[in-house]
Amino acid sequence: MTIRGKAFVVGAYEHPRRDIPDLSVAEIHAEVALAALADAGLSPSDVDAYFCDSDAPGVGPLSMSEYLGLRCRYLDTTETGGASYLSHVGHAAAAIAAGKCRVALCVMGGRPRTLRIAAGPNLSGAPETDYETHWGITDTVHNYALAAMRHMHEFGTTSRQLAEVKVAASLHAQHNPNAFLRKAVTVEDVLSSPMISDPLHRLDCCVMTDGGGAVVIASAEVARRLPRRSVAVLGHGEAAKGTGTGRPDLSHTAAVWSGPAAFAEAGVTPGDVDYASIYDSFTITALLALEDLGFCEKGEGGRFVEDGALVAPHGRLPMNTDGGGLCNNQPDNRGGMARMIEAVRQLRGEAAPEVQVPDCRLAVVHGSGGRLATRSSAATLVLGREDA
Amino acid sequence: MSTRGEGTQREGASTPLPRADFTPSGADETFWAATAEGRLLLSRCESCATIVWYPRPFCPRCGGRGITWFAASGEATVYTYTVVRKARGAYRELTPYVVAYVELAEGPRILTNIVGCDPAEVRIGQRVTLVFDPPAPAGDGEGEGEVRARLYRFRPSG
Repeated sequence: MTIRGKAFVVGAYEHPRRDIPDLSVAEIHAEVALAALADAGLSPSDVDAYFCDSDAPGVGPLSMSEYLGLRCRYLDTTETGGASYLSHVGHAAAAIAAGKCRVALCVMGGRPRTLRIAAGPNLSGAPETDYETHWGITDTVHNYALAAMRHMHEFGTTSRQLAEVKVAASLHAQHNPNAFLRKAVTVEDVLSSPMISDPLHRLDCCVMTDGGGAVVIASAEVARRLPRRSVAVLGHGEAAKGTGTGRPDLSHTAAVWSGPAAFAEAGVTPGDVDYASIYDSFTITALLALEDLGFCEKGEGGRFVEDGALVAPHGRLPMNTDGGGLCNNQPDNRGGMARMIEAVRQLRGEAAPEVQVPDCRLAVVHGSGGRLATRSSAATLVLGREDA
Repeated sequence: MSTRGEGTQREGASTPLPRADFTPSGADETFWAATAEGRLLLSRCESCATIVWYPRPFCPRCGGRGITWFAASGEATVYTYTVVRKARGAYRELTPYVVAYVELAEGPRILTNIVGCDPAEVRIGQRVTLVFDPPAPAGDGEGEGEVRARLYRFRPSG
């Protein structure tokens, strides 16, 4: 069974605010859920499946489906950190293809900026905790810095090359009125920002924002009768990568498994892709994903991102045209949903005019979660224009 | 888990890194009890001979339920590292310090600190040697029979 041609993104909504001290997380969920349904031309009574992560308030899908007045016959709370929402869409598409549901609502939201909640898994009771947490990895960036340092050693990647990922994001964010950081920055700006954890500077790190987002996935039959241009879910892959028996390889991510699975299901190759939304918790996160998804050879990521390759509309691979997690939005310390919504905008032709990729037909969305240097998730979606 | 002061004295640093302050349980007790005696134990699967890190009472490669403990040689090389310049909690005032993965002579890559040198001198591939934090002072709030774990760190060899 394949999901290709069976499921469509029919509605999407990203919360416009980045500081939300006045709403509860449940209220943020409701705002984005109702707005995504309105975007689709659907109402809560059309929904029969609900997807959320483990940060959703209460007993996740039970509390939230009740709050929203939904009557669901399919529920999923896959929790893989920032990649969760891409998995949710893949799982929703499979459930729709199997006839288990027809309209799936996938929702996330959070207020880490207001509540000053740092990113990171709850490791209480995890078997690895006492072997990883006592040596001063107090923030996610310390863990990702280990991967960045190893990449530099193995492949000669430079801080200037990592900075190119941030520069491209900032050039895009200028055109996004909702972006948290809207100022264009240079490579020199990145290199002169404070070093947080060698080799990662402050500007190698994503923003910390309140916010949320939602997408509505529907069957072909439902999508056909809706007024809005929909986006086809063509392929999905996901994977987890850990430390195995204790010889972690920090040069690869689980994208080496999720990417080929998604491309194979969609029947396309990286060379066919017009636009990429790739989760950029740190500059190194996106660079490793570009290599592992096959946009360039392993170790060539640094050279690949030079010369404006990621800058829309005319770069070799326009990436994160909303400004990404590095500049636009990182709701709930998790980037997958916001990145996916920008890919939907690109395929609908509704991105900011300055960054809209001309004739954008095929997009890849890639998310990661957990921590790159220990255990992390990857989820990849291939999305296509309705007529792709 | 939390960590507290009075651990490894770092050369050129005025403050030691926080030492262990947690209660291990299950199979982990064997491992942490050995650290109290200054030994870093590794476990080998009795079925497939895989040396497994982190320790657990079975083999994640073959599913074997029998494991044998043995002491690591303490020799390792730096696989990767970072100099932490901004941190939180017990480590907040102790920057800069070095977090690293070191590859043990026996194979596993483990998370640790590189101590006893200027952080700027650490390099990938550098040979390093196991050191343990000093034991906690007697009567320092630990319960009767509780494991007095000590953290393992590494310093440049030679």
